[in-house]
Amino acid sequence: MRELRYREALREAIAEEMDRDDRVFLMGEEVGYYQGAYKVTEGLLERFGARRVVDTPITEEGFAGVGVGAAMVGLRPIIEFMTWNFSAVAFDQIINHAAKIRQMSGGQFACPIVFRGPNGAARQTGAQHSQCWEAFYTHIPGLKVVAPATVADAKGLLKSAIRDDNPVLVLEDERLYGLKGEVPDGDHLVPIGLSAQVRDGDAVTIVTWGKMLHMVLPACEILAKEGVECAVIDLRSLRPLDLGPALASVEKTGRALVVQEAWPYGGVGAEVVDRIQRDAFGALKGPVLRVTGRDASMPYNKHLEDLTIPSVDTVVRGVRAVLAW
Amino acid sequence: MAAPADELLGLYRQMLLIRRFEEAAAKAYSQGKIGGFLHLYIGQEASAVGALANLNAGDAIVGTYRDHGIALARGMSARACMAELYGKVTGCSKGLGGSMHFFDAERRMLGGDGIVGGHVAVAAGVAFASKYRDRREVTLCFLGEGSVSIGGFHEALSLAALWDLPLVVIVENNEYSMGTPLSRTLAVHDTSQKAHGYGMASDRFGTSDVLEVKRRVGEAVARARETSKPTLIEVQTYRYRGHSMSDPGKYRTADEVELRKKTDPIVKAEADLRALGVGDADIARIEAEVEAEVEDASRFAEESAEPGEELIEAFTYA
Repeated sequence: MRELRYREALREAIAEEMDRDDRVFLMGEEVGYYQGAYKVTEGLLERFGARRVVDTPITEEGFAGVGVGAAMVGLRPIIEFMTWNFSAVAFDQIINHAAKIRQMSGGQFACPIVFRGPNGAARQTGAQHSQCWEAFYTHIPGLKVVAPATVADAKGLLKSAIRDDNPVLVLEDERLYGLKGEVPDGDHLVPIGLSAQVRDGDAVTIVTWGKMLHMVLPACEILAKEGVECAVIDLRSLRPLDLGPALASVEKTGRALVVQEAWPYGGVGAEVVDRIQRDAFGALKGPVLRVTGRDASMPYNKHLEDLTIPSVDTVVRGVRAVLAW
Repeated sequence: MAAPADELLGLYRQMLLIRRFEEAAAKAYSQGKIGGFLHLYIGQEASAVGALANLNAGDAIVGTYRDHGIALARGMSARACMAELYGKVTGCSKGLGGSMHFFDAERRMLGGDGIVGGHVAVAAGVAFASKYRDRREVTLCFLGEGSVSIGGFHEALSLAALWDLPLVVIVENNEYSMGTPLSRTLAVHDTSQKAHGYGMASDRFGTSDVLEVKRRVGEAVARARETSKPTLIEVQTYRYRGHSMSDPGKYRTADEVELRKKTDPIVKAEADLRALGVGDADIARIEAEVEAEVEDASRFAEESAEPGEELIEAFTYA
């Protein structure tokens, strides 16, 4: 075990996979000479050269499409979006091309590509730079979507994504890039499609992912002092979605809360709620509730931004609301 | 028969096959045997046939929804193509793609794309992979003149020129973007001018002479293969049929269409063949062969099995 920062874990994942497989290359804005907008790719240009670490102009649709074409003929591109918000102008490539090539070609062409970058609110970056993209992309058959919340998962999920034969979208988080955590030594792979129970408890099952895990765990400590022990499931992979551990926990607790940074309308949280009510209906003592971001575009003001995304306090209140039933 | 006649005879046969194939497809569509959209290549045959005559087995092609002619010119069988139109499991995309999505991994035919513009970037990616692997392969990308205003086209050209990708982009200017003439979609008449802003080579010529198409596209293919430089080409062509089968064609006159048929590439090729000494018997033999091939393809498509329900999700994930 070694302690790394989240961005270093991502960098290790990229470097190790580039070392083991010449088909893997990195492409995006400022990934090379600038050393990465968030320093995830620092040093990679010097190590692998400009053939495999490719700086692009501001052309998200263009370089996302270049990645798709290269993947169709057997390379394994890692396409970095400086933020997932910029993927909006590459939507066509991800949804109409990467996700559909296999189906449209009757299985003749695969698209083994990774799209990655920070997702969700950073700090006061305003309405266009603070969105959560999981609801958009998990809706699409043909895509896989992962959202690592921990440093170890950042490395393990990205390595699995690079080796996957499908398009995999890795939703990182700017607020997590500096996070420190233990990473197992060696070729650390985390399988896509497995959630993790990170805390046990008998009162309420909390299902979450990404940076919200770091709101949920402190909330659990506050509640524990009152004798309320919550189980916490980190989904890690949002498509495919593994609700096995969550359902097993709900069988014990009879109560569930989903915590997401994203907007409330539709989305991954709603999908989780639907599956829990269908598959664990008999165990439920009350409705499954959600704590979500507020249903508004992100305000710039710091105080208002803090109020717009879930906090430790809103998670505590959410658990109390579930227990009130 | 002399060597020039041999070459032209082969190209003539391919063009005739495309035309008869498309005529049979139109008939099957009107009989309800083909669903969805059907965009015919009739009138434009020399573009694909002349261009693809320059390619090697390792080269790749990316096209738009008007892809039947490209597929046949690449040597995909009329059977696999017609069966795809009929939605049968024996089709080139197992009946899951349809008219707009013809694929053939073995022949490096990468679609058949229904959301045009973005596919030029995909083609640039295929060319990028060839360069990355240091293979002397060329990628040919086709699109209509109606797609030169969308962003994906421009981003792809920008990257292809910046990175010296072995890509040849062929704008098939058939004068109408669905029902809108070029004069109402673009402030310039010549779409190959778009190359200048990106620092790319360009060319522009008509499609009445298939050998001329072959020669001119051949220059661009050689540039890509020898020097890894992209080229933007506009071929000036014309489709006799509507944008798709549902097009009433009210935006142009019958006289205009008849006038354009006078520069038909198949008619010209046949006249050129006769001038080279090819006789009625040879022409008649080719016509009979092509008609038999298309009839066989239609019969094969009719008799083939529908894809099973198990295929709905089978290819969603690898």
